[in-house]
Amino acid sequence: MNYNWDWRVFLAAEPGGTGTYLKYLVVGLGWTLATALAAWVIALAIGSVVGTLRTTPYKWVVRLGNAYVEIFRNVPLIVQMFLWFFVVPELLPKGLGDWVKQMPPPWGSYLPAVICLGLYTSVRIAEQVKSGINSLPRGQGMAGTALGLALGANYRYVLLPQAFRIVLPPLTSEFMNVIKNSSVALTIGLLELTGRARAMQEFSFKVFEAFAAATAIYLLTNLLVVYGMRALERKVRVPGLISASAPAGGH
Amino acid sequence: MDAGFDFDVIQRSWGYLFREGMVFTLTLTALAMVGGIFFGTLLAMMRLSKFRLLSYAAGSYVNLMRSLPLVLVIFWFFFLVPYIGAWLIGAKDPVKVGSFMSCLITFTMFEAAYYCEIMRAGIQSVARGQVWAGYALGLDYWQTMGRIVLPQAFRNMLPVLLTQTVILFQDTSLVYVISATDFLGAAAKVANRDYRLVEMYTFVAVVYFIISFGLSSLVKQLQNKIAIIR
Repeated sequence: MNYNWDWRVFLAAEPGGTGTYLKYLVVGLGWTLATALAAWVIALAIGSVVGTLRTTPYKWVVRLGNAYVEIFRNVPLIVQMFLWFFVVPELLPKGLGDWVKQMPPPWGSYLPAVICLGLYTSVRIAEQVKSGINSLPRGQGMAGTALGLALGANYRYVLLPQAFRIVLPPLTSEFMNVIKNSSVALTIGLLELTGRARAMQEFSFKVFEAFAAATAIYLLTNLLVVYGMRALERKVRVPGLISASAPAGGH
Repeated sequence: MDAGFDFDVIQRSWGYLFREGMVFTLTLTALAMVGGIFFGTLLAMMRLSKFRLLSYAAGSYVNLMRSLPLVLVIFWFFFLVPYIGAWLIGAKDPVKVGSFMSCLITFTMFEAAYYCEIMRAGIQSVARGQVWAGYALGLDYWQTMGRIVLPQAFRNMLPVLLTQTVILFQDTSLVYVISATDFLGAAAKVANRDYRLVEMYTFVAVVYFIISFGLSSLVKQLQNKIAIIR
């Protein structure tokens, strides 16, 4: 094996002229987090609604919710990225489609990436919220009804406050999945952390330094997320309940 | 792009898409599943081992793999495998590794971490008395594991293992990032050649949906069929 390690490469200037390679990668982390957080907001909003609707007694609403989940769950993320990036602008009305296609560089990939990742993740959150609501004792909903609460009020005051506190631990791992999955956005040209590590490898030929740095940054980010979420979990834990365990599989 | 869609492009490239692309995807999925479950089971046994060093090493590997994006892992192995190959056979220069081999090693090693967690749960789901009974009968560790614990663990975890395989099937589309010709890669090549991105990518999405949805439904049926009533 003859690979010449050279860690000083991180202090060298990157060809784009924005500063050192180190700064280049850190800005990449910024884009990774910006993508993941924006997608997370969309995913939480849609996922909570869809997950709740799937537990209602209305058959057609449940079916529609199930169809939504199956569609976004059974198509690979990268294919969904391509659909949002290449296909959707063509199907939009001409003016809007052209506007999307002519957005300046980072935004032209950022917007499709966020929408795609948000909807992709919303399905997983919908599953978690649904199983959270279903894990509540049936008596809770019945008690709410017996107290004279309508369906909406029952969800608002009895079921959802408990369900959300139960599903928080599995949501932590979903948040880490969003961060990891945002790397797929490099295929539609978003220069986030992995994308920048690859670009750095192409410019500087320092393959392993670039990927080692990206790896270290991902690990550090994960660590921070885990600690932050653990603190939050302790705060909102439902007294007297063993916290719900995350289902196996996925990523 | 000229007006109107041309779904004829799918018919024209049908053979290439399925004979080249889909065969690559399915072979990769099947082999990576077998390899992943094999190494995943070994990792799970290591994680549950009473030897601290073994369980620590396996645990670190699994946690490392699970906290990295698959795309980054694909890049790592794509560049690393030639060097590891050279190191293994004592060559001076990095050996040439085909894209299929590189993908296969990547997915086997990456999915092994996820299969490991499933198998660990499976082994832990077997009643402890089973292990004691095995030892009481005079079986050693490997016999107890191979004949008593693992068969039950596999049976308990079969639906989860298969669900993970459906995820693996979808994940193989990420080999696009190293320009391998899997189903998506083949479709992307045709799409760019004929400038038919809308038609091709829609078609790819539909095909992936049909296969994944079909497989997941089968897994669900199997789950109902083999569930052990306790």
